[in-house]
Amino acid sequence: MPSIAIKATGLQKWFGEGEAKTMALRDVDLEADFGEMIYIVGPSGSGKTTLLSALSGILRPNAGNVLVEGVDIWTLNADQLADFRLRKIGFVFQDFHLFPRLNTAENVAIPLILRKKDWDESIQEATKYLEIVDLKGREHLPPMKLSGGEQQRVAIARAMIGQPDILIMDEPTASLDGDTGHAIVKFVHDNILNTNRCIVVVTHDSRIYEFATRILKMEDGHLAGTVHDFATMEEG
Amino acid sequence: MKGILKLAYKLLVNDRAKFTALLVGITFAVFLMMFITSMFIGVLNHASATVINIGAPMWVMDRSVQAITSSIGIPDYVLDAVRSMQGVQYAVPLYSGGALVKLPDGVYQAVNVVGLDDTTLFGRPRLVEGKIEDIYAENGFVVVDDAEYEKLEKPRVGATFELNDHRGVIVGIAKVTVSGLFGTPTLYTTYYRAAQYIPNPRYTISYVLVQPKNAEDVQKIKEQTAALGYVALTKSEFIEKNARYYVFQTGGGTNILIMTIISFIVGLSISGQTFYTFILENLERFGALKAIGTRSRELVGMILFQASFTAFTGYGLGVGLCTALVYLAKLRLASYAAMITYPSLIVSLVMVVIIAAVSSYAGVRRVLQIEPFDIFRG
Ligand SMILES: Nc1ncnc2c1ncn2[C@@H]1O[C@H](COP(=O)(O)OP(=O)(O)OP(=O)(O)O)[C@@H](O)[C@H]1O
Ligand SMILES: [Mg+2]
Repeated sequence: MPSIAIKATGLQKWFGEGEAKTMALRDVDLEADFGEMIYIVGPSGSGKTTLLSALSGILRPNAGNVLVEGVDIWTLNADQLADFRLRKIGFVFQDFHLFPRLNTAENVAIPLILRKKDWDESIQEATKYLEIVDLKGREHLPPMKLSGGEQQRVAIARAMIGQPDILIMDEPTASLDGDTGHAIVKFVHDNILNTNRCIVVVTHDSRIYEFATRILKMEDGHLAGTVHDFATMEEG
Repeated sequence: MKGILKLAYKLLVNDRAKFTALLVGITFAVFLMMFITSMFIGVLNHASATVINIGAPMWVMDRSVQAITSSIGIPDYVLDAVRSMQGVQYAVPLYSGGALVKLPDGVYQAVNVVGLDDTTLFGRPRLVEGKIEDIYAENGFVVVDDAEYEKLEKPRVGATFELNDHRGVIVGIAKVTVSGLFGTPTLYTTYYRAAQYIPNPRYTISYVLVQPKNAEDVQKIKEQTAALGYVALTKSEFIEKNARYYVFQTGGGTNILIMTIISFIVGLSISGQTFYTFILENLERFGALKAIGTRSRELVGMILFQASFTAFTGYGLGVGLCTALVYLAKLRLASYAAMITYPSLIVSLVMVVIIAAVSSYAGVRRVLQIEPFDIFRG
């Protein structure tokens, strides 16, 4: 496996035309290695989510390219891109996006079901992952019956069940109280991060900075540098 | 794909309230459609009761006859001419017309009198009581035990009545395949007696019933009859003619068309709307699936599956409901005219397929338009 997980060069993304044109990404370069847990921080509207989307095959940039494990993902066609997301990337969305009409195990099993794995086997596997995120015995509950932190753990189990190489998390703690958020990210750091995996996290939450291997600061569509002193956010 | 469809199924069915609303809409539309068309087909079938019951393979009639009930007298020479035609095995006269019966208690009742050819009794009904030969006895009549039988006060063999001031005696009780449409009881007698008892303008033969020698002769007989200035129709052509008369000349067809369109619109608006709302409410879920890596084709498959599953379940329920209702109605009212036939089943099926297609088309368009990025941004 190559040691570089993601390599983005010259990424540009804008929305709208003429007067209404907003530059969300202005010439962003980024390299992320396996074994890294990279944070992207910065003010609201600085382009963090846009960057994550361009890196993970969700939003096509206007210029530049993204290599994931050496594959230039924005040259893939729509179906290949869908397969790429399904097989290589695990997503944890800010507001979970769990399915209220499915029970917890079924929610977690979705990526396997989409990969055409047998239904019952997928559910069995999901039960195992629920155990990993400490939700044993909650398989049959609908997500609404769980607390926010538990729901986010379900979302993490769903992101992890396909064993993706790359985990993308956009504000994973935004809907959680401080202690719960801290516990969740610690869990991800301790159990999911390993030398064959790369995790990219967008966050505002300084209480979880301690788990980052690197923190990149974003400002107005640029990566403005690496934060060295987490406490003061002082740039190096 | 199997797992993905199961996923689609769960997303649909677990939304109890929506799914119920969807089913109610489709079921109602199918029921309405089935019921109206069955009703109408039943009515049409009854309209041809005499044709079906007599069962003659070919019918010769005046050119202007529009339906079996409005027969026009044919002169006797036509019967002779038909008998001598090429390809005719035999031909007999039939009388069919209305009369008034006075029952023993003095009540008057309109009846339909069928006069069968005296020598052959061609087209005679199946008797459940009495002997058919007794129809030759003085004043002999056979009464049909159908839904209208009661109106003659359920006469037994030997019962008497007056028909246009002539005495009549019931000599047999018959069963027929289809009872008539117009709520009048039917009496069978001989052609000669019918012509005698019921006053007629000029000609007394209503129809000439023809048995062709074999199937190839049908066309020949038609041509020869046409040369004579009359029309020869096969049994099924005559039934169709009757049906067409009721569809196009009585307003029945227009009514059925309007009702069909209404049930279609009701079905489409209730179910189509509900399904579309269902898709809209789940748009975010579809978007999440898309972001995770579901291919567009698979999303379309899910929606089509949801739409067709709902449509066919609703179809089954609608057909079941209609069948049950018609069955119950027939238990209570033997002459109840509705008839569930393949045409109604097919028309309703086509309607359901269109409803499913239209509503999933709208849904598919919306789902294909979702940007997973918008889901990601929240
Ligand atoms: N679909 C869109 N249409 C127009 N402008 C957009 C669209 N998506 C994002 N933008 C703009 O692009 C810029 C970057 O947005 P983005 O969501 O990436 O910011 P962010 O750093 O994630 O902010 P936040 O911390 O609030 O989530 C913003 O100015 C935003 O208004
Ligand atoms: Mg954001």
